[in-house]
Amino acid sequence: MKKYRIFTAAFTAILAISMSYGQSSEERGLQIAKAAEKADEGFGSSIVELKMTLKNKNGQTSERYLTTRTLELTEDGDKSLIVFDSPKDVKGTATLTFTHKVGADDQWLYLPSIKRVKRISSNNKSGPFVGSEFAYEDLSSQEVEKYAYKFLKEDGDMLIVEQDPVDPKSGYTRRVATYNKGKGYRLEKIEFYDRKNALLKTLDYSDYKLYKNKFWRALSLNMVNHQSNKETLLKFSEYNFGSELVDEDFTEVALKRAGR
Amino acid sequence: MNAIKKTKNAANAFAKNWANFVIRYKWPVLIMTLLLAMGLGSQGKMEFDGDYHVFFSESNPELEAFDALQDKYTKDDNIIVVLAPKNGDIFTRKNLIAIEELTAEAWNTPYSSRVDAVTNFQHTSAVGDDLYVDDLSYDSANKTNEEIEGIREKALKEPLLVHRIINEEGSVTAINITVRLPGEDSAKEIPEVTIATREMISKFQEKHPEFDVYTTGLVPLNTAFFESSQKDLMLTMVMLLIVIIVTLILTRNIFATIATLFVVIFSIVSAVGFVGLNGIKLTPPSAVFPTMILTLAVADSIHILITYLQKWRKDGLDKKAALVESMRLNFMPVFITSLTTVIGFLTLNYGDVPPFWDLGNIVAFGMTMAFLFSTTTLPALMAIFPIWKPKAVKTNKEVTTSGYAKLGQYVVRQPVKLTVISLAIIGMLTYLATKNVFNDEFVEYFDNTVQFRQDSDFINENLTGFYNVEFSVGSGESGGINNPEYLQKLNDFEDWLEEQPEVVHVNAFSEVARRVNRSMHGDDQSFYKVPENREEAAQYLLLYELSLPFGLDLNNQINVDKSESRVTVTLQNNSSAEMIAFAERSEKWLRDNTPEAMNSIGVSPTLMFSKLGFRQADSMLKGNIIALLLISLVLMIALRNVKLGLLSIIPNVTPVLVGFGLWFLLKGTINTGMVIVFGMTLGIIVDDTVHFMSKFLRARRELGYDAKDAIIYAFETVGKALVTTTTVLLAGFIVLSTSSFALNSYMARITVIIILAALIIDFILLPSLLILVSGDKGKVETPSHVQVQLDK
Repeated sequence: MKKYRIFTAAFTAILAISMSYGQSSEERGLQIAKAAEKADEGFGSSIVELKMTLKNKNGQTSERYLTTRTLELTEDGDKSLIVFDSPKDVKGTATLTFTHKVGADDQWLYLPSIKRVKRISSNNKSGPFVGSEFAYEDLSSQEVEKYAYKFLKEDGDMLIVEQDPVDPKSGYTRRVATYNKGKGYRLEKIEFYDRKNALLKTLDYSDYKLYKNKFWRALSLNMVNHQSNKETLLKFSEYNFGSELVDEDFTEVALKRAGR
Repeated sequence: MNAIKKTKNAANAFAKNWANFVIRYKWPVLIMTLLLAMGLGSQGKMEFDGDYHVFFSESNPELEAFDALQDKYTKDDNIIVVLAPKNGDIFTRKNLIAIEELTAEAWNTPYSSRVDAVTNFQHTSAVGDDLYVDDLSYDSANKTNEEIEGIREKALKEPLLVHRIINEEGSVTAINITVRLPGEDSAKEIPEVTIATREMISKFQEKHPEFDVYTTGLVPLNTAFFESSQKDLMLTMVMLLIVIIVTLILTRNIFATIATLFVVIFSIVSAVGFVGLNGIKLTPPSAVFPTMILTLAVADSIHILITYLQKWRKDGLDKKAALVESMRLNFMPVFITSLTTVIGFLTLNYGDVPPFWDLGNIVAFGMTMAFLFSTTTLPALMAIFPIWKPKAVKTNKEVTTSGYAKLGQYVVRQPVKLTVISLAIIGMLTYLATKNVFNDEFVEYFDNTVQFRQDSDFINENLTGFYNVEFSVGSGESGGINNPEYLQKLNDFEDWLEEQPEVVHVNAFSEVARRVNRSMHGDDQSFYKVPENREEAAQYLLLYELSLPFGLDLNNQINVDKSESRVTVTLQNNSSAEMIAFAERSEKWLRDNTPEAMNSIGVSPTLMFSKLGFRQADSMLKGNIIALLLISLVLMIALRNVKLGLLSIIPNVTPVLVGFGLWFLLKGTINTGMVIVFGMTLGIIVDDTVHFMSKFLRARRELGYDAKDAIIYAFETVGKALVTTTTVLLAGFIVLSTSSFALNSYMARITVIIILAALIIDFILLPSLLILVSGDKGKVETPSHVQVQLDK
């Protein structure tokens, strides 16, 4: 999942940023997004396990365990493979997603109970991911091309940028993202505004860890829905960047294999 | 006898002193009462609460069950915008474009979380191992005629759409806007949503006159409650006008009319202050308080004023003496009638419907203040105002007096006959009264002049039902909704519900299970059945969860730990009795056909309203008995006669029985608003009895009359006053009966009948009974007309 890539930054990118004045806020916003993308370039692939905790308005919770494999691609969006480890009755169910910089993503689903792979064609980016407060579009790889940008303000190391989705099917009118310039342009917070431009959700990144002295990864992501008062917490185990995944690990056959 | 005389003298002396004090310090008294009224009024706040939840007390078990269900699943309110194209066909390019447009616009509704329309319905189709999930009609402008025909076919086959979003003919469609109100301030949130949707709809209609648009749903229902509160509040103005006219006619004195206005306006302003101080939010039942206070308070003033003017005009007393005399004569009766009215209204607190608690408390407070102002502000003002000789002092009083006397003579001639006839009629009507049935259909709370009612009726007839019942069907284990046995039983329940004649639509999780199963088998219809093993069901559910669009999640239908699922049954308009019977039938089916964990009780706002009348009646019973006991006790003390106090129960209770008996002949169904009338009218009609009996006793005790002469005396002295106050009360409740809100209008209508019945009973049955219990029928009827006249 490339999205974590932009939450991190590279030292080189800082140098690349010109702090020249006279830039329009649109240009500066785009520049920041590009800097963030650049800072996370080159991680190759990663494997991470995560626990997803869903909490409803009354505080009742339910948990899911997943494993995510991500392969970085530069010419197009990243590939990812997610396997459900629990609850027991969905163990082994797996999804394979090819994100695209332009157009609908490709998605396959493997169901162990019928031992079949189903290809799913859907424009449904704004829908929730398995009942969580995260939409697909929040989780899929954050390509720079997917938004129009507007720099809003600077607060110490924090750069606040408005991101307007290009896709008309997005569930949002805009997102307001906070980048941390001093920590490799990693993301600290995103606020999501719904179609009527009311604050819908806030995503907070915490427990950041630096890998390979270059890639920042938040080990805890908390999404709060202000309208439904539901929350979803993602807790990541240690990232494994050493697995050297390749294209063959992201095919229908691999999907079946991963699901067992 | 001496003791009685003493207390009586004490009371007289107190009233006299009070009057003298008020007259001497007329300016300070006036200013003090003005300050009191203004001070209370400055705390006043008129806020409205339109949320239908206000009709249910926190301890209401139906509300508890409903809240519990809403806690488990997503809690939503909605607005249903129904579009009926004039060409009678949804599926034309032009109409689909318009629907898409309005759907997009509807996402801008404040607090909206989801908009469902025929166009954005997530349609799933399967070709081999490929699944396609897409909007049923996206970008309709670029669809070919064949594609549009295809859309029609898919839509009209879709069980999730037909009878919910479109009708079977495809001529009417709905856009369902789900809103998630924060619930912090319904007085702010509901109008915000309403204004936005109305604006959106009027813009749409301007652009697309080829559509008829109708609106219903829970938010419009709340708005209708809201607006009928405000409308009923406006009835106050009508009543104020009536008060002015009635006072002018009865007193023929402009100053008396002004003074009366001061009293009633001070009373209402104080009551408004009470509303503000207690943070009461007005609802349709409680918003009628100003009209009620006006109606009830004006009687106090009129009694005092008429006596005052009479003493001055006819008996030639000077201004001050006439005022003191009037206060002396009226202080106790006004006090007692105010007290009984306050008791009557306070007993509304025994009911189970909070808006009526508010009504009871506000009016009780207003009446207390009305008593205070009638005995302070009123005499002070009359002492300040000059008194003018009316141009024509000539009255037809002689004629009316003899009219009442004649009625009295008629009654005393045949007390036994009249008692028997009266009791026979009362008995018959009492029997009929028990035949009334409860019916609280909240759509029918609004009469046909209300837009919400008209629109809801159209939608009920042409698209779907507004009434529903929900069941949370448990599996007994976490994740148990994927148990094939559970799914099969749930499917059976769904099938059984579909067969019921009153059911319009059923939404159950078993339908989802069937649908996904079919999709996973290349849309093979033979797999339109629930999965047969648990892993399969769980994984299909995961797939389904992955396909849900923005604003929807499983929580609409499934609880968090996946142990229960929600079944929503949409019904045709049904009476309360039918609703309750349906819910019980469904509960019984679950008990008979499913394991214990799956047993569930039906809940919904509709069902809550259906049971509201019964609940209110049960809880009011105690309040009514207490009201009757307390008021009878007050009467015994006031009349200083236990026997007559007990006897008074008959003329006080029977008008209500007569009222409901006649109501059965008129309508036959009663609602929650009418349950309160016993306690409420008891406090009002008892006044007639008090006045009549006290005059009867006065004639017996002070003038030494026999029973029959005492009756005639009572007729002559209070006959007119009773007719006058009854007229004022009738006017007030007739004004209220024009309310478009049935809880108020039905209550007012039956009160009109009861008050009228009370007067007739007090003129026919009460005197007959008084003669019979006095036991001196042997005495020869002596013409005591002269004596009576002398006494005046």
